Amino acid sequence: MEANPIRAEAGESLLKEAWVRFRRNKLAMLGLIMTLSIIFAAIFAGVLAPYDPKAQLAFTVNPALKLAGPSMQHPMGNDLYGRDILSRVLHGARISLEIGIFATLVTIMIGVPLGAIAGYMGGVWDDLISWLVNVIFAFPFILFVLAVVSVFRNPSLYLVFVAIGLVNWVALCRITRGQFISLRGSEFVEAARALGLPTWKIIFRHILPNAIAPIIVQTTLGMGGIITLEAGLAYLGFGAQPPTPSWGLMISEGQQYIARGQWWWSIFPGIAIMYTVLAFNFLGDGLRDALDVRQKR
Amino acid sequence: MFSHVVRKLLQSIPVVWGVVTAVFILMAVVPGDPARLMAGQRGDPATIEKIRHDLGLDLPLTQQYTKFIGELSRGDLGMSYRNNERVAAAIKTRFYATARLTVWAMLLAVTIGLTTGIISASKPNSPFDYTAMFVAVSGVSAPVFWVGLLLLLVFAYSLNWIPGIGAGDGNWKYLVLPAITLGVRPAAIIARLTRSCMLEVMSQDYIRTARAKGVKESAVVIRHALKNAMIPVVTIIGTSVSDLLSGAVLTESIFAWPGLGRLAVEALVNRDFPMIRGVVIVMALTFLVANLIVDISYGFIDPRVRYEGEK
Repeated sequence: MEANPIRAEAGESLLKEAWVRFRRNKLAMLGLIMTLSIIFAAIFAGVLAPYDPKAQLAFTVNPALKLAGPSMQHPMGNDLYGRDILSRVLHGARISLEIGIFATLVTIMIGVPLGAIAGYMGGVWDDLISWLVNVIFAFPFILFVLAVVSVFRNPSLYLVFVAIGLVNWVALCRITRGQFISLRGSEFVEAARALGLPTWKIIFRHILPNAIAPIIVQTTLGMGGIITLEAGLAYLGFGAQPPTPSWGLMISEGQQYIARGQWWWSIFPGIAIMYTVLAFNFLGDGLRDALDVRQKR
Repeated sequence: MFSHVVRKLLQSIPVVWGVVTAVFILMAVVPGDPARLMAGQRGDPATIEKIRHDLGLDLPLTQQYTKFIGELSRGDLGMSYRNNERVAAAIKTRFYATARLTVWAMLLAVTIGLTTGIISASKPNSPFDYTAMFVAVSGVSAPVFWVGLLLLLVFAYSLNWIPGIGAGDGNWKYLVLPAITLGVRPAAIIARLTRSCMLEVMSQDYIRTARAKGVKESAVVIRHALKNAMIPVVTIIGTSVSDLLSGAVLTESIFAWPGLGRLAVEALVNRDFPMIRGVVIVMALTFLVANLIVDISYGFIDPRVRYEGEK
């Protein structure tokens, strides 16, 4: 690559400016810290968790730990098998982030190219892709994912994030399309076209870097939606299967004990989901303000 | 106005066709033989063959598709694989429960969301504003099924104010918790959006003019500002219908509410494909109709929309 000092400097100062704006925003910084804490929990769950998340302590250590309430040794209590809920919640971060990241990758791989083609090419391509987007938008998301998952006999986690990605790409596609429509007439695109560059190069090397900010914002905000959706699937029994320490699954396993006042099995994993979704929402809103992404039609 | 309505109607036809076809394809690629499923363990090959013939499963896919579209256009969604029940009849009995739940949830969401948003915007950065927006952002972030369980824990099991799960033969007490559960998310979204739209509109010149004319502050907010702030809010109400229907699937499962969402989950567990197909189609059509109504109502709220595309 040839050196281009002017461009490098401009790019750097733009990022620096965004970071200054981001740092001044308290909610954005809170979101960043919360997100980092979840990533930390997910990576070091094995070290941080006081117990093995699958160890059934009620059978191996002390029968009194069966559905024991929060205590000093077990701050979030124990479930029916005496498993330590805090340890399971920490390991659950791993499952949620894994699904969040992989489903997001599927979302980006489908949504960005299709949105770029629809926005840049226009015409029949735009009509076709927009039609597909409208069709998928019409389905209640969770039912569509459930239907895709139910097609297969043994729902694995891979299937879950592919299924989520298969319906989730539509929002990102719309945003990418809008960006490409507003950029396709710009002078730098005209120049690239005049130089005779191939279309794919114009799309991916010239327009996409300029359209990346709203895509990053949408992707960050979308993480929360994906994590909630996965929890919903697991809650209904179509996502992670026992004994996986998935937050949605834990809520579902514990719900029948709520009526008897044994609330901790279901309530703590729910707080973990809310914390995670809040983190990504704050982070996404902060990025939007910092990157100066205006909602354009 | 009339041409606006007609144009919107025509635009939705290819989407409806796409929805119906997508559901057909999804259910057609499902592995496993429904005839064998219906015949059960004891089914001999002759019986299975007969069931397959009765269901039209021995036809090539293209013929199955035309048969499916033909039946669908007559409102026939086929037979359930599980019990000897017509899918359309099962959906009809369950539709009312879901409609009752979602309409109440929506009414709650719009009333609470709009009021909160307007009060927050009229006193920005006040303690009320901070509290309301904190609750709203939590409401957007909390999973709907967990909110339901939390409400059950507090109001049904701890305080004993309201009965727990079930539909209680239409007694309104049974409706309260599911409707609140389902309404929390749209209420939070509407409150946040109303607040930001109102704040934006309130800084416009015509609001300053109205104030300078000596119009009462309440009239400025309601007559001048709200009307213009409503346009994005109406859009969100339309897209919330999808949220509500997705939420209904989960809410009905928690509260054992006998609606379409629970019917769909039961059908998925039983791998009862005609039933899944029917529920998904009905829900998607409901969403499309709701959005059509929203699209058309723009024409009334914002005259500019009416002329778009007529030029």
